[in-house]
Amino acid sequence: MSEALKFHFEVDGKDFTSAGHASVMVKKNLRQLGLPPEKIRQVSIAMYEGEINMVIHAGGGVADVSVTQDYVEIVLKDNGPGIKDIEQAMQEGFSTATENIRSLGFGAGMGLPNMKRYSDFMEIDSTVGVGTTITMRVNI
Amino acid sequence: MKISTIKDLLEADVICCEEELGAHVYSACGSDMMSDVLAYVKDQAVLLTGLVNSQVIRTAEMMDMKCVVFVRSKNPTAEMISLAQESGIVLLASKKRLYEACGILYSNGLVGNRVKNV
Repeated sequence: MSEALKFHFEVDGKDFTSAGHASVMVKKNLRQLGLPPEKIRQVSIAMYEGEINMVIHAGGGVADVSVTQDYVEIVLKDNGPGIKDIEQAMQEGFSTATENIRSLGFGAGMGLPNMKRYSDFMEIDSTVGVGTTITMRVNI
Repeated sequence: MKISTIKDLLEADVICCEEELGAHVYSACGSDMMSDVLAYVKDQAVLLTGLVNSQVIRTAEMMDMKCVVFVRSKNPTAEMISLAQESGIVLLASKKRLYEACGILYSNGLVGNRVKNV
C-alpha cells in the first residue's frame, strides 16, 4: 500500500437511528483489507463514538478516513457549537447531553474518553460558535 | 459459556440467529448506557441490556459481540433484528431483570471484563 486509501462520509445529524453507518462501512472496508481484528475494533469504536457525538451535539458533519501503511487516520469535522472547555469534556462522566439522549443510551460522558482510549493519537481543534475537528490515529 | 446455555439459564426466547447458539462467549457486560459498554474490551462477549434501539446492535457490532440479551421482557424492533442478522449476532429476550440476569450468568461462571485504561 504505497498511497493512502481514503474514504469520505457525510454524517446526517438529523437521524439518530442511522448514526454509526459510516463506522460500519469503515469496519467492513478494513476487514476486506485484512487488518488485525483488534485494530479494526479500535478504529471502529473510536470513530463510532465520534460519529454519535457529531449527531448528538453538532447536527452532523463529515468524516474522512485514510489508511496508510503505518496507521488509520480518522478526521471528524463539524460546524456545531464547539467545545467550551476541552479538558473538562475529556473527563469521564462529564456530559452536556440532554436527558433525551441519555434515554437513548448515550451521553454518559464517555464518548471523548473512549475515543482517546482506543486511539494512539488524538487531537481536538475546537472553536466555540464555529465547530470542531477531531483527528485520531490508530497505529497498525 | 455456550450461548445456548445462556438461553437456558435466563429462560430466554431466541429472536434471531438461532444457528449461532453453539458459539461460546467468555465475558459479559450489563448496561443501558452504550458508552459504558464501549469502554470495555474483551473478545466474544455478551451484552445484557434493557435498552431498545438500533444503537444497541451497532454497539455490539463495533465490539464484535456474539449475543445481545434484552431483559425485562423488552423486544427489539424489526430494524434491529435485520441489523443483527446481517452481523450474525444472536438476539435473546428474557423476562428477568438486568440485575438478576447478570447475577445468574456470573454465578454460573461467566465473569465480567476489564476496562482499558485511558
